[in-house]
Amino acid sequence: MNDQLNHMAGQVAAGKMTRREFMGKAAALGISAAVASTMFAGAAHAAGPVKGGTIRVGIQGGGSSDSLDPALAANATATQVLRLWGEPLLELDPNGGLWPRLAESFEASADARVWTFKIRSGVNFSNGQTMTADDVLATMERHSGEDTKSGALGIMRGIKDMRVDGDQFIVELDKPNADLPYLLTDYHLLIQPGGGKDDPTAAIGTGPYVLKSVEPGVRFVGEKNPDYWDDTVGHADTIELIVINDDTARVAALQSGQVHMINRVPPRTAQLVGRAPNINLRTTSGPGHYVFIMHTNTAPFDNKDLRMALKYGINRQEMVDKILFGFGSVGNDTPINSSYPLFTELEQREYDPDKAAFHLKESGFDGTVLLRTSDNSFPGAPDAAALFQQSCGSAGINIEIKREPNDGYWSEVWNKQPFCTSYWGGRPTQDSMFSTAYLSTADWNDTRFNNEQFDQLLFAARGELDEGKRTQMYADMSTILRDEGGLICPMFNQFIDATTSDVDGWIDSQNGFDLNNFYAPMTMWVAA
Amino acid sequence: MKLVVQRIALGLLLLLAVSVLIFAGTIILPGDVAQSILGQSATPEALANLREELGLNEPAITRYFDWLFAALQGDLGVALTNGRDIAESIGQRMSNTLFLAFWAALISVPLAILLGLIAVRYKDRWPDKAISAITLASISIPEFLIGYLLMYFIAVKLGWFPSVAMIGDHMNLLQKLQAIALPVMVLTLVVLAHMMRMTRAAILNVMQSAYIETAELKGLTGFQVIARHAFPNAIAPIVNVVMLNLAYLVVGVVVIEVVFVYPGMGQYLVDHVSKRDVPVVQACGLIFAAVYIGLNMIADIVSILANPRLRHPK
Repeated sequence: MNDQLNHMAGQVAAGKMTRREFMGKAAALGISAAVASTMFAGAAHAAGPVKGGTIRVGIQGGGSSDSLDPALAANATATQVLRLWGEPLLELDPNGGLWPRLAESFEASADARVWTFKIRSGVNFSNGQTMTADDVLATMERHSGEDTKSGALGIMRGIKDMRVDGDQFIVELDKPNADLPYLLTDYHLLIQPGGGKDDPTAAIGTGPYVLKSVEPGVRFVGEKNPDYWDDTVGHADTIELIVINDDTARVAALQSGQVHMINRVPPRTAQLVGRAPNINLRTTSGPGHYVFIMHTNTAPFDNKDLRMALKYGINRQEMVDKILFGFGSVGNDTPINSSYPLFTELEQREYDPDKAAFHLKESGFDGTVLLRTSDNSFPGAPDAAALFQQSCGSAGINIEIKREPNDGYWSEVWNKQPFCTSYWGGRPTQDSMFSTAYLSTADWNDTRFNNEQFDQLLFAARGELDEGKRTQMYADMSTILRDEGGLICPMFNQFIDATTSDVDGWIDSQNGFDLNNFYAPMTMWVAA
Repeated sequence: MKLVVQRIALGLLLLLAVSVLIFAGTIILPGDVAQSILGQSATPEALANLREELGLNEPAITRYFDWLFAALQGDLGVALTNGRDIAESIGQRMSNTLFLAFWAALISVPLAILLGLIAVRYKDRWPDKAISAITLASISIPEFLIGYLLMYFIAVKLGWFPSVAMIGDHMNLLQKLQAIALPVMVLTLVVLAHMMRMTRAAILNVMQSAYIETAELKGLTGFQVIARHAFPNAIAPIVNVVMLNLAYLVVGVVVIEVVFVYPGMGQYLVDHVSKRDVPVVQACGLIFAAVYIGLNMIADIVSILANPRLRHPK
């Protein structure tokens, strides 16, 4: 058994075995989870991080029109670039908890209305200036002011007052919100000197790297910031990001060893890519999901029975098998899955043509439902729409598919047309997911959901610091959404990345998003 | 001379018309730059603030003439999306595009003409048939597929050349040539057939003439007849098709740029069209139009020069 364990530990150290695999195999050898867990951590870091070298990342999702302004970042490349040169107050850790960055610690008043963040001392910006609580305040002001253009504005609402007291940054809210620290992990909210009000695109921050070369949509080069405060982040001397939007080109660059890691391996070929001896496929489950959304205030979708018919008419497992190629899990018509901290499993809704036919009859609707879709609404969306059309067809529901162009889909179809395909990246907590898209007054209420009981529960849960009670509230809200809402959520997608055996130190993460929440280039190292 | 001046004036007028068309086209597309920048995270307030800042609330006519006057003074402005200087960004991208086009042209044009000559010399025999078959096959396969095939065999399996054709200032000429080897190969394969077949057809046409028969009767060898007597008289149509292909190498290679991650003009333009970044689209559109018009003008002038009857009108 010892030999076996040693072999496994070696595999872990070489990055060939994930935590989950290790635990599973250790359990088979009769080792308790706690012991196995410690052993895994030991094995993974036995070799220890190696400093130096260059890590090259082939990254999808960037264009030459991208800005360096954190307020305008909206794709994977922009997010990855921000991570290099800047830091937020708090970050999500791989287990879905909070990872203190520029805020050393934080605490809430008993009613969760006033939050105090202690700002880390002795941290310098890359221009040599010392980072202070005033910079934090200025940054938050820039993202929340009347005249802001920030993508983070949605979550900055509800702040009544912000102030600085010594090294403390204090936020006062209109209404209690127990999740405020999670909201501040938003990738737009990097602390910039003077809030970046003078020059938002200067790329001066406190991050582990300093940008040396910036060619939007082409290539970014970051060099290690010699004064960086945290030794566990930023092992390579240089990180080079190469924007490769074409799937085949990205995989080829990895296979030919030109880059060390890539994001978004296409699910269709992922198995094949992972079979190569020098390549490790890295899958991460998370809150991201692919959806069909109906406007609950627009005919014919204002009819609850028709919505129910469509929900019973979708074959979720088939979607996971044929659209995600197994890289994902079935959804349950709520945006919440087990990646959320206070998750309760609800009864799984299954494909049931008889029930679908029954609800269709009840609804009295006998026309054709128009479903709009496009290639970029999620990978494989037109195929998923066709599967949906077929599975509904056997229940007597007629769906007509209208293929829309990628260009302009987000401005003209999504959140405008009553029934279309779309995706959500998910949010770190139930509260932020629900308030982003399902609160009746939310900007992105893309199902036009308006349920008084749901709204009340949402506000009540924000002020509820008792975890048991909050968990129950969120379960109730998910149930309401599942039965009344306009969301058809057939599947939660995994994020599929790949790394070559030239780099080590991958950390299995539970909070989704590409490349370990975009920290992989900085927490991995060039193998010795 | 008068002819040339006329051509240039016409070209400038065409450019102006092109700028109006591009502007109108970009305005007609759904959504605007503010919406495209913020994407799925657009809130009504953020949209309004961004539109105000970018000056999108001005009427379209005003924006067009503001742009036109600035452009006439040589100021292309800054990109709406990321505030970078357009002239500077385009300068870099354009030099990359020209670098790739130059090397592709340097290989493909002589090769195409040579193959064309060989095909004529051995008309209807196996070299002619082989050349025709191979070039026709390569033009019929979509260029991205040729790209993927070469990438798989040459970059991934053999490891001779990189699959990512990224070039930068830190590389010397040899490194740059190695980086662009694969895209140059693909482009050569794509443009070869067109030029080769035109060369073949044009020369064969001339070969029917009486003076060729005279040359043959003089006892010249096959190649001498073609090179000395047939080719000079067939040059006008060949130059025309060569120029069209050169224009394609400059303005039409966006697919190759995407497949090989080459930082050229095509990808730059496409990115900004999808963000509705009008000043950049205008600038790129004008440059592309100028390249097309310029190369066609050169083709015309060369045909005039190559034809004694046009050179010395009665």
